Amino acid sequence: MDSEAAPTRETARGLPRVPFPRFRRRLTPERIASLALIVPSTVAVAVFVYGFIGWSALVSVSEWNSITPDYTFAGLRNFKELFQHFRFQADIRNTVVFTLLFVAACLMIGLFLAALLDRGIAGEGVFRSIYLFPMAVSFIVTGVVWRWLLAPRSGVNLLFERSGLGPLKQDWYTDPTVVHITSGSRLGEALHDIGIGWLASPDFGIPLAMTSVVIAATWQMSGFVMILYLAGLRAIPEELTEAARVDGASEFQVLRHIALPLLRPVTLSAMIILGHVSLKIYDLVVAMTQRGPGFATDVPALFMFETTFAGSHFARGAAISIVMLFSVSFLIIPYLIWSLRREARV
Amino acid sequence: MRSARFWLLFVLSLALLLALAAACKGEEKEGVTPTPGGLTGKLEIFSWWTTGGEAAGLQALYDLYPDKCPGDVEIVNATVAGGAGFNAREVLTTRMLGGDPPGSFQVHMGHELTDTWVTSNNMEPLDTLFTEEGWNDIFPQGVLDIVSYQGKPYSVPVNIHRANVLWYNTKVFEDNSLEPPTTFDEFFAVADALKAAGITPLALGDVEVWTSVHLMETVLLGSLGPDDYNGLWTGETEWSGPQVTAALETFKKVLSYVNSDHSSLSWDQANDLVISGDAAMTVMGDWANADYEAKNFADYGWAPTPGTDGMYDALSDTFGLPKGAPNPDAVTCWLRLVGSKEGQEAFNPLKGSVCARTDCDASLFNPYLQSAISDWKADTIVPSLAHGAAASQGWVTEIVDAATAFVTDKDVGAFQGRLADACVAAEVCS
Amino acid sequence: MTFSPARIAIYALLVLFAALYLMPIYVLLVTGLKSFREVGLDRMWDFPSGFHFDSFRDAYDALSRNMGNSFRMVIPATIASCFVGSINGYILTKWRFPGSDILFFFLLFGMFIPYQSILIPLVQTLQDLHLYGSLWGLVLTHVIYGIPITTLIFRNYYAGVPTELVEAAKIDGASIFGIYTRILFPLSLPGFVVVAIWQFTSIWNDFLFAATVTSNPNTQPVTVALNNLAGSYIVEWNVQMAGALIAALPTLLVYIFLGRFFMRGLMAGALRG
Repeated sequence: MDSEAAPTRETARGLPRVPFPRFRRRLTPERIASLALIVPSTVAVAVFVYGFIGWSALVSVSEWNSITPDYTFAGLRNFKELFQHFRFQADIRNTVVFTLLFVAACLMIGLFLAALLDRGIAGEGVFRSIYLFPMAVSFIVTGVVWRWLLAPRSGVNLLFERSGLGPLKQDWYTDPTVVHITSGSRLGEALHDIGIGWLASPDFGIPLAMTSVVIAATWQMSGFVMILYLAGLRAIPEELTEAARVDGASEFQVLRHIALPLLRPVTLSAMIILGHVSLKIYDLVVAMTQRGPGFATDVPALFMFETTFAGSHFARGAAISIVMLFSVSFLIIPYLIWSLRREARV
Repeated sequence: MRSARFWLLFVLSLALLLALAAACKGEEKEGVTPTPGGLTGKLEIFSWWTTGGEAAGLQALYDLYPDKCPGDVEIVNATVAGGAGFNAREVLTTRMLGGDPPGSFQVHMGHELTDTWVTSNNMEPLDTLFTEEGWNDIFPQGVLDIVSYQGKPYSVPVNIHRANVLWYNTKVFEDNSLEPPTTFDEFFAVADALKAAGITPLALGDVEVWTSVHLMETVLLGSLGPDDYNGLWTGETEWSGPQVTAALETFKKVLSYVNSDHSSLSWDQANDLVISGDAAMTVMGDWANADYEAKNFADYGWAPTPGTDGMYDALSDTFGLPKGAPNPDAVTCWLRLVGSKEGQEAFNPLKGSVCARTDCDASLFNPYLQSAISDWKADTIVPSLAHGAAASQGWVTEIVDAATAFVTDKDVGAFQGRLADACVAAEVCS
Repeated sequence: MTFSPARIAIYALLVLFAALYLMPIYVLLVTGLKSFREVGLDRMWDFPSGFHFDSFRDAYDALSRNMGNSFRMVIPATIASCFVGSINGYILTKWRFPGSDILFFFLLFGMFIPYQSILIPLVQTLQDLHLYGSLWGLVLTHVIYGIPITTLIFRNYYAGVPTELVEAAKIDGASIFGIYTRILFPLSLPGFVVVAIWQFTSIWNDFLFAATVTSNPNTQPVTVALNNLAGSYIVEWNVQMAGALIAALPTLLVYIFLGRFFMRGLMAGALRG
C-alpha cells in the first residue's frame, strides 16, 4: 500500500495510470477531517445495513413464528427445514435460471444494439432514448404491462394469430413445464450410473414460464447495458480499430478481437449490477406473474415476503434473507477482491 | 462572482440545516385543538379498500361518522391496495411490531384476527361494547362465535360475504339445455357437455393464488359436509383420512375442466370469460356479483357450489381496537358506527355484501344479495379457509403453498401429506 | 452517407428493435385512452373507439397530490445522495488510509441486502428517530441505502482523476475542502449526472419503502397511490394504465433530456469498473 511514486505505465487503453497517493503517517488536521467526513456514512451503513442484517441473522436462528417475537435459540433448524421445503427448492432453481438467462440476454442485446449504434447513425439520439427509456418505468408498471403482453389469451399471441404466425403462439408464463433430464431417459440413466442421478429432477431444470419474466426484465434493463457498452466502445481509441480494418479485419472481427477484450471492465460492471438486480428481483414478479403455476416463477424475495407478512413465519423469512445474502456474497466478494487487487497491482 | 468554495459551503450548510430541521420536526401532534365538546383528533382507518364499491362503501361510513360521533375528528383513510391484502398485511405487521398501530384496521373475522393479533395480546376485548350496543342479540350466533376468543368478542363484523357461489352464464346454459348442477356428479355431467360444445366449463383466474384455494375449499365443503369440514380446523377430521382423499380427488377432477391459462388471469378476468360466453361457470365469492353489475352484465345466474346447498361459507371484514391505538374514543365510536344498522345499511349495498346484522332492510339490496340475505338467516354457517376465518395465517399460507404445487402436479398423495403436515405445524393436529 | 445493403440492414434492425421496445408503451397509451367497458384482454391491441381522456383525468386527480409528495421527497434525496456519494468517493480515492479499501467494500456490500428483510427494524429505528411516517424519514432511508451505489459510482469516477493534481494542491497547502471545491467538484459534473439520474429513477420508482415508511395517504409518494389506483378486487385497467404513464412521466423526461449527459458521464468513467 505504501508505494513510492511508482513509474506510470500505459494501460491497454493507452491512458496513463497514476499511483495512489502516499499515506502520510502523521495525523494532520486534514487527515482527521477526512476521516470525519467518512464517519457519517460508515455509521449509517453500520446501523442500517449491518445492524439490521445482524438482527435478521438473530431472527433466522430463533423460534419466532408468530406475531409475538420469540428469540429462543433454534440453531440451524430453520435453514435445514428451508432447504428441504419444496417451494424454496423451486426458488433456488428459479433464481439460478433467471440470473443466467437475464444477464446473458441483457449483455448480448446491449452489446448488439451498442455495436449497431456506434456507426454514425442518423437519429442515434432517438434510438438511444427509445432503448434506454424502459429504465425510467418502474418494475411494477413493467410487470403489469408484460403480464398483458404475454397473456396466452391475448397479447403477442393475438398478434401472432392475426399476422398469420399462429404456430408461434406460446403458453408463456402459464406454462408449468420444467425442462429437465428425466430419470428414465438415457442421460438420466447415465447420471444415475455415475451416482448423481438426483440431477435428473425438475429441481434442476429450466421452468419455461421463467422466460417470460426474463423477457420483461431484459426489456427494462438492456438499454442501460447498451449505454454502458456504447460509452465503452466510444472510449476505444480510433487508431486501434482503424489499424485493424486497414489490415483487412471485418467489422465482426474488430468487435470480437479488439473491442470485446477492452470492454471487459464494462461487462463486469454490468454483470454486477444485473446480478444484484436479478438476485433481489421482487416487484417485477409480484406485478407480472406472482408465484406462477407450480412455483415456476417464484423467487426467494417473494417467498420471504409472503412467509413473513402473510404467514407470520418470521424466523423462516429471516433464514431466506440470510441465504439470499450468502448467495450474493458468494458472487460479489470474489469479484470485488479481484477488482481491488487489480487496481492495487497497477 | 462568488467562488465555488462559497457555494459549496452554502449548500452543505443548507443541507445540514435541513437535516436538523427534519430531525426536530418528526413529532406530529395528534391534532389536539380544543373543540367545544365531542371527539377530536385523528382517526386512522387502515384497509385495502381502494377502488370501486368497496371504496364507495367505506366513504359512506366516513360520511356517517360526524353524525354518529359528533366532534371534530379528522379521518385518515390509510389504504394500501393489493389483492386479499397482499401489501396491507406487510404494512400492518410492520407498523404493529414497530409500535405504531392504526386506529382501527380491516381484518377478516376468525383465525386471521384471533391467531395473529388477539392471542399475541394486541387487541382490546369488546365485550362491554357488544353488550352496550345489544349486538349479542343481533349478530347470528355463528358469527359471534367466530369473532370471539375465550368468550369475548374482539372485532365488529361490518359485512358478510359468501364464498360458495357458483356463477353461470344463463344464455350458455340455455343454449346447451343445461341446468345448474347441485351435486358433483351433475357438475361433471354438465362440464362434459360444455366441453363437447367447445366451451370452457369452469373459469379460474389464479394469478393471485388464493382463488385456487377458494375453489378447493368449496370442493372440500361439498364433499365433506359442514361438520367434517369444521372438523378439519379443530383437528377432529383426519387430514390423512379417506374422506379427504376423496375430496381431493374430486378437486383434481374439477381442475381438469378449468381454462388452461388460469395462471395468467385475475379472478375478474376469469369472470370476463363467463361474461363473454367463452366459459360457462365460475366459482367465486359474491363480490363477483358487484363485478357483473359494474360491467352491466345481466345474463348470469347463481347457485350454491355443488354439494353445498344449505351451507353458507362465510367470510367477513371486521374492525377492532388495537392496544395502544391513538385516539381510542374516536375508534370506539367508529366501531359503534360500523356495527350499527345505519352503518351497515349504508356500506353493504355499495360493497356488494350482506349485513352481518340480521335486521337490515332487505329492500336496499339487489336480487342476488336479497337471496343471500335469506340464505344467511337459514343456512348452516361455516368459516372460509381462503379468507382467514377457519385457520390461522400461518396455516393458510402452508395450505396455499401446497395447493400451488398440487394445481400443477395433481399429486393427491403428496398434497394430502403436506396438508396433514400443515395441520401439525399449526399445532392443531397432533 | 452510403446506402449499402449492410447499412440498410442496420437501420432495419434498429427500427425493428425500436418497435419491440415501444410495444409496451403503445399498450399503456391505448388502454389508458379507452373507456372501462372497452378494456379487455381480447381487445388489447385495438385502437380505442374514441379518445377518452377521462381515465387520464381520473388518474391525474388521484395522483397529483402524491406526485407532489414524490417530488418533495426525491429531489432532496437525490441531491443529498449525490453529495454523500461524492464526498465518500473523494475520501476513498484521494485521502486513502489503511483499510480504506475494506471500508469501501463494507459500504458497497449494503447494496445487496434484500430490503424486505430489514423493514421491521427500519420502522423501529425511524420511530426512535421520530422520522417515521414522514417524507423526511423516507429521504433519510433512500440516502442511506443509496450510499453503496453512489459511492461506487463516484469512487470509480474519481479514480480516473490524476492524483498529481491533488498531490500538487496538497503541497501548495490547500485544505481538504479546498481541494474538493477547487479541483474535484468542478470536474464532477458527469459523475453527478450519472448518480442523479440513477438515484432519481430508483427513488421515484420505489414502492416497498414508500408503502412501509409513510402511512398517511396525504404523505405517500406516487408509487403507493398508483398501486392503490389498481384496487384490490376489481381493477379499472384503463385508469391504472393512464396513471402508470402519468407517474412515469418525470423519469421518462429525465431520460429523454438528460440521456446524453448520462452517456457522457458513463464515458467519463463513472461505471468503468
